[in-house]
Amino acid sequence: MIQKKNLIGLEHIDTPEIELILDTAVAMKEIVFRPVRKVPALRGRTITNLFYEPSTRTRTSFELAAKFLNADVINISSSASSVVKGESLKDTVRTLEAMGTDVVIIRHPMAGAADLVAGWIGATIVNAGDGAHEHPTQGLLDLFTVREKKGTLEGLKIVITGDILHSRVARSDIWGFLKMGARVSVCGPATLLPAGIERTGVAVYCSIDEAIKDADVIIMLRIQMERQKAGLFPSLREYARLFGLNRERLSLAKKDALVMHPGPMNRGIEISGEVADGLQSVINEQVTNGVAVRMAVLYLLIGGGDA
Amino acid sequence: MKLLIKGGTLISPDQKKMFITDVLVADGKIAAFGDNLEMDGAVIIDAGGKLVLPGLIDLHVHLREPGFEDSETIATGTMAAARGGFTSLACMPNTNPVADNSTVISFILNKARREGKVNVFPIGAITAGSKGEELAEMAYLKEAGAVAFSDDGRCVSNAAVMYRAMQYAAMINMPVIAHCEDTRLSAQGAMHEGYYSTLLGLKGIPAAAEEVIVARDLILAKEAGCRLHIAHVSTAGSVQLIRQAKSNGLKVTAEATPHHFTLTDRAVTGFDTSTKVNPPLRTLEDVNAVRQGLRDGTIDVIATDHAPHAQEKKEVEYDNAPFGISGLETAVGLVWTELVNAGILSPLEAIEKMTANPARILNIAKGILAKGADADLTIIDPARTEKVDPARFVSKGRNTPFAGRTLTGVPILTIVGGKIVLEYTGQE
Repeated sequence: MIQKKNLIGLEHIDTPEIELILDTAVAMKEIVFRPVRKVPALRGRTITNLFYEPSTRTRTSFELAAKFLNADVINISSSASSVVKGESLKDTVRTLEAMGTDVVIIRHPMAGAADLVAGWIGATIVNAGDGAHEHPTQGLLDLFTVREKKGTLEGLKIVITGDILHSRVARSDIWGFLKMGARVSVCGPATLLPAGIERTGVAVYCSIDEAIKDADVIIMLRIQMERQKAGLFPSLREYARLFGLNRERLSLAKKDALVMHPGPMNRGIEISGEVADGLQSVINEQVTNGVAVRMAVLYLLIGGGDA
Repeated sequence: MKLLIKGGTLISPDQKKMFITDVLVADGKIAAFGDNLEMDGAVIIDAGGKLVLPGLIDLHVHLREPGFEDSETIATGTMAAARGGFTSLACMPNTNPVADNSTVISFILNKARREGKVNVFPIGAITAGSKGEELAEMAYLKEAGAVAFSDDGRCVSNAAVMYRAMQYAAMINMPVIAHCEDTRLSAQGAMHEGYYSTLLGLKGIPAAAEEVIVARDLILAKEAGCRLHIAHVSTAGSVQLIRQAKSNGLKVTAEATPHHFTLTDRAVTGFDTSTKVNPPLRTLEDVNAVRQGLRDGTIDVIATDHAPHAQEKKEVEYDNAPFGISGLETAVGLVWTELVNAGILSPLEAIEKMTANPARILNIAKGILAKGADADLTIIDPARTEKVDPARFVSKGRNTPFAGRTLTGVPILTIVGGKIVLEYTGQE
């Protein structure tokens, strides 16, 4: 089992714990491909998906992960809960705790929400994304996907391109890949690179052509339309020209470089359709692996014992 | 009532020295100094080994009343001031309604006379509703008792409005206290923009958001001939701008808060909302620059920016939490621990920045230890050590990032107008 009660982020998790999760996810992935995808590991446990942001991919992935392990799952979205009546986050999670939920999986638009909830209640907390802070299960599934394809993470060159400033995926990926011995570069327009990011140990580029030279893995991030309106870059057209991944650019990376994207994609903007659907793309496998990794996380946090 | 304070070490900013003597207080005034004073019927206070100071003055306090009485009231805020060793405070006008008219100023003064533990000097708004558009009725505010003007909590964004306000304030010989923040640069920011905001994924407030307005206001004050006081200086760049302006002869003064000379943005790690304050906690380099500014006299005043909030307002997501730290009851301990005992300021220099200097800026007859002066006195025990326990705060605001921190230097007796308003015997 892992020592921690919660999974808040990859910044504060030890490398052996990451390895344990990835190793456990290998076994879990095997379950995902069984004809009857159900094991009793979490029977009788209650898991609550508390989502304050719209999400299809992550919420469904957690729900499936919990169900494959036979847990009971409750889904709460902020639009259909007492949140709309003005209830505070603290009161909401304390109510869930009083009802006996074992795990709260929380997605929230504000950084730090999962940390705060973990301080307020005793249930196990899994961060499903908090503002621009962390999205640890996405980071873990990215690590899993690369390790599965490449055999190891040690020494690989990973390039994360796009809106680093607002990306929780970038932060979790940076911590995860660095801890596993990979080299990490980030790339994006100067206005979307956060202050002091180099102090995490990454190399920083504003030219994607330079960044992806000899890369083993290229992770493209979604660019959100409202960033242009906020004046962070002039136009999507120019963004695509400077930072979009297309076939010509991809040829600058290693021949067997993997192309990844946490989704949902803006085809034709940060990534061309041709590359997204190309042979080097593992974007769909990331989704499958997400279920396996989340099963591993839930199992390691609250499984075991009499299971 | 007569009080005879025996054997204490006086810190006298007006005489610029420290010496052991007795102090006799009678009829609300300081009646005599001298060795081995005797007085029949006087209450004897043994101050041996303690420091006897002119009552401390906090130039920057949010009392929250009228309008936000769940966070603080004039009664609780002045009680917290007394507990922190302050005998006078100036309160900011960002109440509801805003103190932009003489009625609100009169309300505060009347309430303070009835319920206040310490002297309250209200600060009037610079602009109507502190909206930064039209000037408040400054002369009426002054007539009603306002001692300065500020839109604190908000920056007067329109440079033309600020310039006119300074010209007008200069005409009636009143200081303007500037909250320097370019709100386009700071927009929606929750903490200092730097490495830690990057780690935490919180939107940053760059140092430039403060510095561009400090620079602007220094230029405007020179043109307007206004006495400008820069509130809560937090960045190395601001300290340097003010230092340069002073060396050019500008009539500018500045203050720093205990949290800005003590904590860095690293304290935000863990998302404790009691660290959310505006201006935000900055980098170690900035903290050191603020300390250097205090040491070399660039920063004249230590003020708390006491900003109490009801607990439930702070028990929310970091982005949703209001800015502010409840500072009155930790100020002396932080000044002594972080500045005096650390060798940054002498006891006399530290006390000047909490007595004579703010009194001079506000033009109030306080902050001196002289025969015939108001008997506002603070006695502190510079050797006593205590752990900060917000549950024991007198203020309604328990929002402190210093909970659990051990501080040396404790105010033990607060005397206002010759009356003991607070005697502190200590944690059990």
